[in-house]
Order: sequence, then C-alpha cells, then structure tokens
Amino acid sequence: MLPYVFRRLLQAIPILLAVAALIFVLFSVIPGNFATSQMADGRSNIDAATIARMNEQFGLNDPLPLRFAKYVGGLATFDLGDSFRTRQPVINLIGERLWPSLQLALAAMAFAIVIGVPLGFLAALKPGGWLDMLSMVFAVSGLSLPMFWLGLLLMYAFALTLNWFPSFGYGDGDPRYIVLPAIALGVSPLALLARTARAAVLEVMHADFVRTARAKGASAYRVMRWHVARNALVIVLTTLGLQFGSVLGQAVVVEKLFAWPGLGSLLVDSVTWRDIPAVQGCILTIVLFFLVVNIAVDVLCAVVDPRIKYS
Amino acid sequence: MKFRANLWIGATCFALVVAGGVFAPWLAHTDPVMDANLMNAEVPPGSEFWFGTDAQGRDIYSRVLHGARISLTVGIVSQLINTCIGVALGLSAAYWGGWWDDFVNGLTNMMLAIPSLIFALAIMAILQPGLTSLLIALGLTNWSFTCRLTRAATLSVKQLGYVEAARSLGYGTFRIMFTQILPNIAGPIIVIGTLGMGGAVLAEASLSFLGLGIRPPFPSWGSMLSDARDQISTAPWISIFPGLAIFLTVLGLNLLGDGLRDILDPHSQTRKA
Repeated sequence: MLPYVFRRLLQAIPILLAVAALIFVLFSVIPGNFATSQMADGRSNIDAATIARMNEQFGLNDPLPLRFAKYVGGLATFDLGDSFRTRQPVINLIGERLWPSLQLALAAMAFAIVIGVPLGFLAALKPGGWLDMLSMVFAVSGLSLPMFWLGLLLMYAFALTLNWFPSFGYGDGDPRYIVLPAIALGVSPLALLARTARAAVLEVMHADFVRTARAKGASAYRVMRWHVARNALVIVLTTLGLQFGSVLGQAVVVEKLFAWPGLGSLLVDSVTWRDIPAVQGCILTIVLFFLVVNIAVDVLCAVVDPRIKYS
Repeated sequence: MKFRANLWIGATCFALVVAGGVFAPWLAHTDPVMDANLMNAEVPPGSEFWFGTDAQGRDIYSRVLHGARISLTVGIVSQLINTCIGVALGLSAAYWGGWWDDFVNGLTNMMLAIPSLIFALAIMAILQPGLTSLLIALGLTNWSFTCRLTRAATLSVKQLGYVEAARSLGYGTFRIMFTQILPNIAGPIIVIGTLGMGGAVLAEASLSFLGLGIRPPFPSWGSMLSDARDQISTAPWISIFPGLAIFLTVLGLNLLGDGLRDILDPHSQTRKA
C-alpha cells in the first residue's frame, strides 16, 4: 500500500507543475501588471519611474522562462514568492487561511455525508415509495440551488430573524459561526451523494451475490450490512472525492458571502488586486488539496473493498 | 412510450425562462437599467411592482426578466464552446491515438484537477468584466467531462463494422469522424451538454455575485443578489426573486438532462433492440 501511495503522490507533481505553468502563462499575457493596474483603477497615482522600480523589484523584467524557472525552484523549498499587495511571503498568507478553509470544507462534507448517504440508502430500500420520491425531489432541487442564494436565505432566516446563529464572520473558532456556511456549502454535495448512494444500492441489490446471500438464508440486515452496503460504499466514496473539488471551488463564493477568512476569500481579494503570486499560491494549494483527497479516497476504497488491489 | 415527468417538467421550466428572456422587452414594465427612481426605493411586492423594487427603486420584475437574457446567453453559448472543444479533442484523440492521445489525456487530467469555477475566476481576473469575457472564461474551463466521454465512446465504436466499411469505401478521416462516428455517440454528449448548461448558469451567477462577471447596473441575477445582500434585513424580497429565477433555470436544465438521459442512454437502447 505504501509504495502505491508514494507513487500516486509522485504522479501529482507533474499535474501541479502543469497547473503552475498554465497560470504563469495566463497571467503573463495580460497587458499591464500589478503596478499599472493600480493606476488604471485609479487606486493610486504612480509615475513611470516608480513603475520601473516596482517591475525591477518584483523581477518582472526577466524573460518568462527564467521567471518560471525561478518560481519552480522556489516551490521546491515551499517558497511561493512574496505578495505584491502586502509584501509578505505568500506561504504565510496561505498558512493563515488554510485552517479556516479546511474547517469549512470538512464541516460541509461531514454534513453532506451524515445526511446524504443514509438518505440515499433508505430511499433505495423502497424504490418508488414516498421516502424515495421525496428524497429524489429534494436531491434534484439541492443540485439546482445557487449556494450563495441559499446562504443568503439561511442568513435571513436563522441569523437575522430567529437569531440562532451569528450572520457572518469567523468568531475565532466559536462553532456557532460555522453552521450556516457549512450548510450552504454542503447542500449540493449532499444532494449528489444521496442520488449516488441510491443508484449504487439499487445496482448492487440486483447483483448475483446478493441473491445468493438471500438464498442461503442470510437475514435482511446481514445482506444489507455485509453485501449491499460495503459494495455500494466504494461507488459513493469515489463520488465523494470528485465532489470535493467542486466544494473547494464553491467555497470561494460561500466564504465571500459569510466573510469567512479562508483561501477562497483570499483568492477573490487577490484576483481583484491582481496580486499574481497570491493568486498562483491559492490555486496551487487548492489543486494540491484536491489531488491529495482523491489519493486518500482511492486508498480508502481499497480498505473497504479488499478486491481492489494496488500493485 | 411512458410519460416522463422529469423531461416534461424540466422542458416546461426551461421554456418559461426562455420565453421570459425572449419577450422581456414586451413583458417588462420598465427599463431594467435606466428606470431608477429613489422615490420608489425598497417597495415590497404588490400590485404596482409585482416583485417589489430594489434600493435604487428599480422594478425587480423587469430586471429579473432581462436577467434571463444574460443567463441564457452565457449558459447556451459557453456550453456550446465547451462541447465543441471536448468533442473535437476527444474524437481526434481516440481516432488518431499515439502522442496526440497522450497529450489530450494529460491536458484533460490537468483540467480535471482545477475546480472549474476557480479556473474561470482566474481567467476573469485577466480579462475585463463583461459578457464576452464570461463566455470565454466559462467556455474554456468545463470541457473535460465531454472530452473524456467522447473519447471513451469513440474508442468503443471505431472498431465497429460500419466504421470499417466507411474506411474501405475510401471515406476521408474527417468524413468518418463527423458523419459516421459522431452521430452514433451524440446521445450522451447531448445529455452532458444539457447538464453542463445548468452548471454554466450557476457559474455565471457566482462570478457576477463576486463582482467578476456582469457588472452593475446590468441586470445579471448574480449581481442583483450581490446588491441584495446589503438590504437583506430591511428588504428580503430583493434577494428572493433573482435567486428563484436561477433555481428555476438550473432545475429545468437538470430535469431536462435527466429526462434526456433516460431516452438517449445507449444502454437503454440496446435493451430495447
């Protein structure tokens, strides 16, 4: 197992490098840079000499391949460059935001799993029954809801009207602050998980080994627990890993709405300021997250289903 | 032929939104951008203003109708671009194989690793906010699933007899790709395209909400919601209707996609045959 994990981590490196190169090229084709965009937006008045000095200071006059080589060299030592805006190392900026971001993503996924998976299982037990109909209507609605709108409605209902939860902010780790953003972010993965779990259970229930298990007289509970659930879980796990990527993407909007100090709001702020080192750092961190989660999911699949072998 | 509830409900929702967008100039009561009137600011929904008015006194009903034009344009056009890119790459990679296939696979894996909303956000940072930029940003970032699907489907049909026959008749490569292979694998591509359109509508709303898409005063549902946030405690109706419009559009497209999948899914066709 360990060599497999190691090899998968190695395979993630070229993807990360390709993403870094892509972002690098994207941001070097824009006319103008951090210094000139300050003027264009009227945020400050900078003369030509200052622009030249800033370009020199940030190394923006070097040719593109050289800049990229320097950047990749820095990546090897976890140096993501300095933020244009705050002049701090980007790695420190990201470090501050990492934990809140992880908290929110994990809370949203936990909410989605705890409700979505059992809902899908229960729905599949009686296809066409009232619970099945209700949960599938709920699932297709959940997939169509804009998360920030749901967030706004939750804010209005539970924060401003009922006063059960604070309406926005981080609250220094006070758990009441995470509830509303986690629900807003978790509803769409919840819906998808419920649908996937239902489909997986229905598929497995018609498999030959389930019929055999029933025929040899295994109790309904035993069949569900050992034959259906375990096999269905592998499909659910794979969806879970892929869904994590879109949760990381959507988190940008939810974090902004709830003023949650995560990577997403850092990314949006950096984008509006054209603080390119910070944008690059945020995107690379998010991609790394996503790759690591998917490797972890593949390993978990092998734990749940011993038939999956990694050589 | 049994009655397919999801297909018909989805088609009805989507048709309603399309009709609202197409006939917006006739259905709307006021001009969505110009008719600001501070005397009418934050009027609750009623007989004069069906959906109420916003902080600048603009009629939300008219703005929601005009917003459909932006959402649908972005959804349809950007998804068409995605489908074209995905089909062209997937079809050629599977048909030609070799280094081109490896290259396309590598590209697809990279695209799958970047959450598409984040990638679109990065592109919007480079371009100026506006409709064209949105079409580019959303059109270039969501083709990886279509590409994978097209590639897999092409691989499975390219060895079949009718492709072989076309080749022996001396058909050119492109003629085989587009007249022999593509029509036979179009079903799942249409399904993915329909579902992706819903995703594009959501993505446009998200980007506009963040202030990186359509900029105010133009009536994008996303930017209307972004304005509404500041008035949520005094005028909640400003938040309700643009969000409902997004929900209706995306729900329609999702149901339509599910319904089409039941019809166009290749497995169900083989079962019938």
